[in-house]
Amino acid sequence: MKRLFLSVLLAAALPAAAQDLLIRDATVHTAGAAGTLRDHDVLVQGGVVRAIGPGLAAPAGVTVVDAKGKPLTPGLFGGLTGLGIEEVSGEPSTVDGGLALGAMVPAHEGSSWRPEFDVDVAFNPHSSAIGVNRVEGVTFTVLAPSALPGGSFVAGQGSAVLLDGRYDAALAGSRSLFIDLGSDASGLSGGSRAGQWMLLEQAVAEARSGGGDGLLTRAGRAALARYLAGGRVVFHVDRAADIRQVLAFAKKNGMRPVIAGGNEAWRVAAELKAADAVVLLDSLANLPANFDSLAASLENAARLHRAGVRVGFSQRGDATHNARKVRQLAGNAVANGLPWEAGLAGLTSVPADAFGLGQRGRIAVGQAADLVLWSGDPLEVNTVAEQVWFGGVPASMRSRQTELRDRYLAPKGNLPRAYTGH
Amino acid sequence: MHHRFQASLLATALLALPALAPAAEAPFASTYAPIGAGPVLITDATVLTGDGRRLETTDVLMKDGKIAAVGTDLDPAGATVVDGRGKWVTPGIIDVHSHLGVYPSPGANAHSDGNEMTSPVTSQVWAEHGVWPQDPGFAAALAGGVTSLMILPGSANLIGGRGVVLKNVPAETMQAMKFPGAPHGVKMACGENPKRVYGGRGQAPMTRMGNIAGYRAAFIEAQRYREAWDKHEAASRDEGKRRKGAPAGNGQPPARDLRMETLAEVLRGEITVQIHCYRADEMALMMDLAREFNFKIHAFHHGVEAYKLADELAAEGICGALWADWWGFKMEAYDGIQENIALVDRPSNGCAVVHSDSSEGIQRLNQEAAKVMVRGERAGLKLPPEHAIRWLTANAARAIGIADQVGTLEEGKMADVVLWNGNPFSVYAKAEKVYVDGALLHDLNDPARRPVSDFMLGQEVSP
Repeated sequence: MKRLFLSVLLAAALPAAAQDLLIRDATVHTAGAAGTLRDHDVLVQGGVVRAIGPGLAAPAGVTVVDAKGKPLTPGLFGGLTGLGIEEVSGEPSTVDGGLALGAMVPAHEGSSWRPEFDVDVAFNPHSSAIGVNRVEGVTFTVLAPSALPGGSFVAGQGSAVLLDGRYDAALAGSRSLFIDLGSDASGLSGGSRAGQWMLLEQAVAEARSGGGDGLLTRAGRAALARYLAGGRVVFHVDRAADIRQVLAFAKKNGMRPVIAGGNEAWRVAAELKAADAVVLLDSLANLPANFDSLAASLENAARLHRAGVRVGFSQRGDATHNARKVRQLAGNAVANGLPWEAGLAGLTSVPADAFGLGQRGRIAVGQAADLVLWSGDPLEVNTVAEQVWFGGVPASMRSRQTELRDRYLAPKGNLPRAYTGH
Repeated sequence: MHHRFQASLLATALLALPALAPAAEAPFASTYAPIGAGPVLITDATVLTGDGRRLETTDVLMKDGKIAAVGTDLDPAGATVVDGRGKWVTPGIIDVHSHLGVYPSPGANAHSDGNEMTSPVTSQVWAEHGVWPQDPGFAAALAGGVTSLMILPGSANLIGGRGVVLKNVPAETMQAMKFPGAPHGVKMACGENPKRVYGGRGQAPMTRMGNIAGYRAAFIEAQRYREAWDKHEAASRDEGKRRKGAPAGNGQPPARDLRMETLAEVLRGEITVQIHCYRADEMALMMDLAREFNFKIHAFHHGVEAYKLADELAAEGICGALWADWWGFKMEAYDGIQENIALVDRPSNGCAVVHSDSSEGIQRLNQEAAKVMVRGERAGLKLPPEHAIRWLTANAARAIGIADQVGTLEEGKMADVVLWNGNPFSVYAKAEKVYVDGALLHDLNDPARRPVSDFMLGQEVSP
């Protein structure tokens, strides 16, 4: 009986036909212009939100869920992660997020610069790390390739992916190029951050001319060229002076910049606002971790927001396995001066907009019904996700971790614990 | 039951052992002196005492650096009165696993002083000799209510060296931070790290088999060393008593060996044993190692699988110093669950500790505990604030051997106290005032009462 129950739940994690759903009496945090709507209902039909309002009529056959006033939010952005391309960080055979051909190919035989590298094709929707974070309300992430020794600081491309367990999870129009800059990347640019700009200028010149000096392959030139006409480029960069260089470079080359990290971003808030750049920051990064981050501050998010810069959240540390920690980033940003609604937006609408996901990131009529019902304030550390929906379909709220928990929560029986959990 | 009783007897016996002569002459002695402050009376606060009690509308009096009284309507005479209405008071937070100072900010190569990766057994090195007191991370931790912390060597080695307990006070020297009377803690490491570091060099240990063989070889050597010294000291005592007819021997002490001295102190129960160990099966092996050589393990650190062995840990009086939610970054961390701390806490005599191992995590151990509390409660456990605060205070103090001086708000203990602007188990809570030995060293509302390290002073881009 229990086995049947569990397999039904697990099956619910798989893509299924959207079902109709009416969530009654929620505190609806729309993450949009409507702000927070108390005692509102949300009607989902055909996978999208059809109506929001108090006392909606329930169409025949619709599943009704009583939210009892609890908070309902859009599904959360897990940050820039390796979810689905990294199983166990310390085991290289399970990690597909970075390319280091330089470690295999002698320099004269080929370049380690491969901007055409795209991690989407390595995505495994069944990674245990996805389920673990899904049950915490994380419904989408952006796959961020990493710059590795033996590779390039132009780490490659990745897309936003939906974390409902489907194979073809990449969301249309979200593909982005990732470039690491500053002291963390200087080992890949001849020991100098000036070398980063020298090499980038060379790569751009090759992409524009279609030929060149051999930094890029033909495919690499074509890939980079696509970003020179309004493409989205995520720059991992912290130092204020470097961020200004990024904005100038992006403007000159027709790129739409997203700043990832941005520990000193608040110091150049006006420039970021003028460039309409989004900053995806780690609001817990308040220490001078290196000489690129001397101005790191818990108030980074609040100061940027006050200056009109759109702020989202992404972790610097264990971004993948603990992607669920993004809520804590937002909560701490709010505790340090960011308005609550902006904190929620940083987990939902801001990243969705930044990556071109027009149908996600808000609770609004016509939006995909990726929703999360919370036990309390979703930005708090003392709350949990009670139910997650993708397109109105309830996700299983079980993961490998809940299975382990329940196995060891139960008292020891006559048989070893290995016989439990079926 | 019998087993548990024996274990607690053993623990009591070890704790009662007097310090030996060499310890009394310990070099690099603490020069810590409490920063003087007049009496302070916090009134009408919600007080979590650290020993399991929650007292509403209660006063806390600090005097001469000590907790003088916890009660109602305490006499404010001569004291600075702090209105605690709507606020919460807890003992100072204690982090049993920090690398502040030895892996400081900025993380320059020149600052990398936490792992003596030159040999699998480096019990001769002391973390305190690598601590840079100007690490800005200390002030950040203070802002999170951390008043004491153990700085440990890293986990590259089977036996990495001695850790030191510090008071979290700004100072120019490590000695001026050193917690007076606190025992050292030896850092050992199980599992992947030592075998990766040394195996990668084609050297032992290359496997978990090599790990265990390495600890055993070291402790066999330490037993001989200890015996030689015990014999020498006994002979010296006999000689002193009888003056004549002393046993054979030239009276010369054995050669000192710093590497062995640390392990001999472990065998004598003079320093605590802090073991980095993730997997339950490896913890069980380390418990057998401790039985073979008759030493006590105080805490397993990281222990993402400690929940699988919670009853055994409690029976042996071993603490689990754990993260709230880290997992998956290596194979031995693959089975992490967010209820780990709550499950280690569950048995009677369970000793759960929230630790950081992180310059970020140490700033918000209260939030880490809150994440565990909600998940534990939803799993059916009862974890009110007055109980969970012990994970950050009393249990932590117990794990590193300073429970007689800090960890609860008992009268006579050091007045390490945090006044929170609300329930501390919330993302929005902040440590409003942090007292160390009764002195106000961090004030949320007074920039002049917030330390700035020499490193940050005068930086043009200061936050």
